[in-house]
Amino acid sequence: MLDGIRQIADAVSSGRRSARDVCADHLSRIRQLNARYSAFLQVVDNDALAAADRVDDAVRRGQPPGPLAGVPLALKDNICTRIGRTTCGSRILERYVSPYDATVVERLTAAGAVIIGKTNLDEFAMGSSTENSGFHPTRNPWNTAHVPGGSSGGSAAAVAAALVPAALGSDTGGSVRQPAALCGVVGLKPTYGRVSRYGLVAYGSSLDQIGPLTRTVTDAAIVLGAIAGPDPRDATSLPAPVPDYAAALADAPLAERAAGLRIGVPRECLGDGLDAEVRRAFEEALAVYRRIGARVVDVSLPRTPYSIAAYYVLATAEASSNLARYDGVRDGHRAAGAQGLVDLYCRSRSEGFGAEVKRRIMLGTFALSAGYHDAFYDKARRARALIGRDFEQAWAHCDVLATPTAPTPAFRLGEKLSDPLAMYLADVFTVPANLAGLPAISVPCGFSTGGLPIGLQLTGPALGETLLLQAARLYERETDWHTRRPPV
Amino acid sequence: MSAAEGLRIEPIIGLEVHVQLATRTKMFCGCPLEFGAEPNARVCAVCLGLPGALPVINRLAVEYAIRTGLALQCRIATHTRWDRKSYYYPDLPKNYQISQYAAPLCLDGHFELPHDHVIRKVRIRRAHLEEDAGKNLHDTPGVTAIDLNRAGTPLLEIVTEPDLRSADEAREFAVQLQRLVHYLHVSEANMQMGQMRFEPNINVRISCDGREHLTPIVEVKNLNSFRALHAAIEYEVQRQVQEWLEDGRTAASGNKSNRGWDDERGITLPQREKEEAHDYRYFTDPDIPALSIDPEWVARMRDEMPELPLTRSERIVAEYKVSPRDAPAIAGDRATADLLDHAAEAGGDKQILGKHFLSFWSAHANQRGTTIAGLGVSAEHMGELARLQRDGLINATAAGQIAEALLGGGDGPPASPRQIAERLGLLQSRDEDLIAEWVAAALAANARAVEDARGNPKKMQAARGFLTGQVMKLSGGKADPRIVAELIDRQLGR
Ligand SMILES: [Zn+2]
Repeated sequence: MLDGIRQIADAVSSGRRSARDVCADHLSRIRQLNARYSAFLQVVDNDALAAADRVDDAVRRGQPPGPLAGVPLALKDNICTRIGRTTCGSRILERYVSPYDATVVERLTAAGAVIIGKTNLDEFAMGSSTENSGFHPTRNPWNTAHVPGGSSGGSAAAVAAALVPAALGSDTGGSVRQPAALCGVVGLKPTYGRVSRYGLVAYGSSLDQIGPLTRTVTDAAIVLGAIAGPDPRDATSLPAPVPDYAAALADAPLAERAAGLRIGVPRECLGDGLDAEVRRAFEEALAVYRRIGARVVDVSLPRTPYSIAAYYVLATAEASSNLARYDGVRDGHRAAGAQGLVDLYCRSRSEGFGAEVKRRIMLGTFALSAGYHDAFYDKARRARALIGRDFEQAWAHCDVLATPTAPTPAFRLGEKLSDPLAMYLADVFTVPANLAGLPAISVPCGFSTGGLPIGLQLTGPALGETLLLQAARLYERETDWHTRRPPV
Repeated sequence: MSAAEGLRIEPIIGLEVHVQLATRTKMFCGCPLEFGAEPNARVCAVCLGLPGALPVINRLAVEYAIRTGLALQCRIATHTRWDRKSYYYPDLPKNYQISQYAAPLCLDGHFELPHDHVIRKVRIRRAHLEEDAGKNLHDTPGVTAIDLNRAGTPLLEIVTEPDLRSADEAREFAVQLQRLVHYLHVSEANMQMGQMRFEPNINVRISCDGREHLTPIVEVKNLNSFRALHAAIEYEVQRQVQEWLEDGRTAASGNKSNRGWDDERGITLPQREKEEAHDYRYFTDPDIPALSIDPEWVARMRDEMPELPLTRSERIVAEYKVSPRDAPAIAGDRATADLLDHAAEAGGDKQILGKHFLSFWSAHANQRGTTIAGLGVSAEHMGELARLQRDGLINATAAGQIAEALLGGGDGPPASPRQIAERLGLLQSRDEDLIAEWVAAALAANARAVEDARGNPKKMQAARGFLTGQVMKLSGGKADPRIVAELIDRQLGR
């Protein structure tokens, strides 16, 4: 059950194991354990087995089954699939079935992956704990009294509990990396535009990116290789060709990368609010880099303290517009007994959206309103541009930047629910990469005394995924955090 | 309007014109543009605004917009962006419209509008691209159905400065604009199909006792015909003057209002709106990257720009000797004007071609409810017909008869004008010996007329005309009149 992607794909491609067998194993593990974590919103058993059979057919016919042959994968439920529902964790889309597959779903299927189910999330990806799901919270496999992080908490928990070897999440302000850190798995947010957003239900369109959650850096590289690349249906996707990310993690290129690698540490990021155990784990991670010959250098990102403010203006502004379409007129929840059009809008949206989504729609609507547009939205755009420039300047001094992924290990369910601002600060380290459109990865780097995982975040220059994955793998190779599994 | 006597009234009118572009597919998706399809049969995830779908620009729409902008003498932006304009309406699937607000494609142009024997320069403030909404259908009482086939159709919104001064001028501008977009092949601009719609901004400058007053601006929404545009402006001007006489209110920021047009009653009515409806919360659409316009692309389009109707009209007057009053009728339809030029290139006499176009060709076109180009007669045949007449092989009457025969259709390849002339016996004789015989016979039979023609100054002209007529009669109408005149002169001894 702890086979990684490569082992599964090799076994299935060579016919040593059938995709159906792999799929059935994972389905039975999900049946056994999902109730404990509530990682999934939906498991599509029959469709998954049928997809596995198609992979087995291809193997029998001698057709190349793809780099993900027979690999069971879970998708965050804001990624559109024709099979099953796509709810975004929201009551307003409780029964919504997408008539089309997202580009990443097409690509995964073409690579031989078997989509096994849809995972829980904070409603419309708005949150850092998965407690804002319109259906139920998800629990951290390391300690079920704690949150898995969010918003891709279902995907992170599913991978941590080995219900699937890999899952996709989406990352608007840290929603892949932060739950990856809190659940002790690898989470990668690619460069903005590296992976097509076609079929990802939009939250903050200029920030959203789909990324993999896996147990190892190599697995993240394999999944990224399968889903990355230009897409004519997403005008913001980047035209750059996709390198072989996994091949770059072989010993020879890694050794070459290790020589002279410069790790930048933005000291202003390590101030108040950083948990002592997280700080300790982070400093130890830096020591590992020093030990393998990398240079750890201080850099300055003076404008990053404005990231959270800028992010919550921009993301909510875009969200207020992206979520306007859920109005009860076409698909989605429609309130019963509405008196006229405006009443239909108000009631459908009031009933369909949860509190956090409403809060963000109101924030964003306000930020774009006449009279406030300049002071909030335009100013946040300027701050964003300046933060991007901070990173540009930092690349003169280092190859990748290192910070903790989250300021604390996983908090208890309910702990921050009544304090949205405290919750927003959970994204303090992850948001800058979204604002600047840069790739960033979280890898496991230790545990708290309470046994909760801690994550190390590395951020790279635009389209620097290869470099970023190599830097992450160099650390992973020296440690065994990624091999530890939560108790069952 | 007796109370308005003694006031000097000047309407001030700006126009917003929406033109549907005739691209094959919609503005941001691959759905075909098709009028009259089953409701909601021409839709996809993108134009339905389904969760996760993303817009991708139709480059042809951008090209059409630039071509129109160039024809309107606009500056073409080097960078252009798309913005979201937010408002809730059932026919707007995303509850925002993708439009261009801050960085439109075309800016600062003008159009020289000939009206009442002067040219009025109408400044074009901007022209930008946006997507159309769907349609609300009210076929069943108490139920509003929504057809989204039209949603996502590319629209070019052309906005003039308030440079128009009467309903007539506004209508004339609209007519010329329709002609222009036809000419550029960028839009069918069919009014019945709602492919061209007008929203005039109207107010009135009232001069009274040496002082000037401006009435509050009113925007009349969604006018679907030249007639409605004209009538709405006329009505609105009168209404505003009347209202000013009653309340004296003048234009101020914030008191612009929207009114709708009731076509049956011929009046404008205030539209009920809430205050916040005016806050569209524009921001750059993050799904569509800013577009850089390659100057070479624009230069190529500028080179390929066809001669525009007004210039062409002037050339037709100069080259074809068509009167300035008649020329626009030919120049107004690009295919017809092209046909005229091609017929001339095929060897037709220009002046005669001009006459043919204004006489029998346009008569036939009117009869058949089509344009001259729509008659289906080739440029070569039209040219040959004019050449036969110029060379004296046929006369004008015969040309008309041949034209009719050319339209006759029938099987096989169409006969040429010359073949038809031969078949119908319409070719004029240019055989001087034969004509000389007819002249001699006519002179011998009409001694009195010969005498008058030779020596009676009072009757000379009439007598010669009479003799010519006699010769033509003897020839059965086939003698070339120029040769007849020459030979009569000769035999009369001049
Ligand atoms: Zn469409």
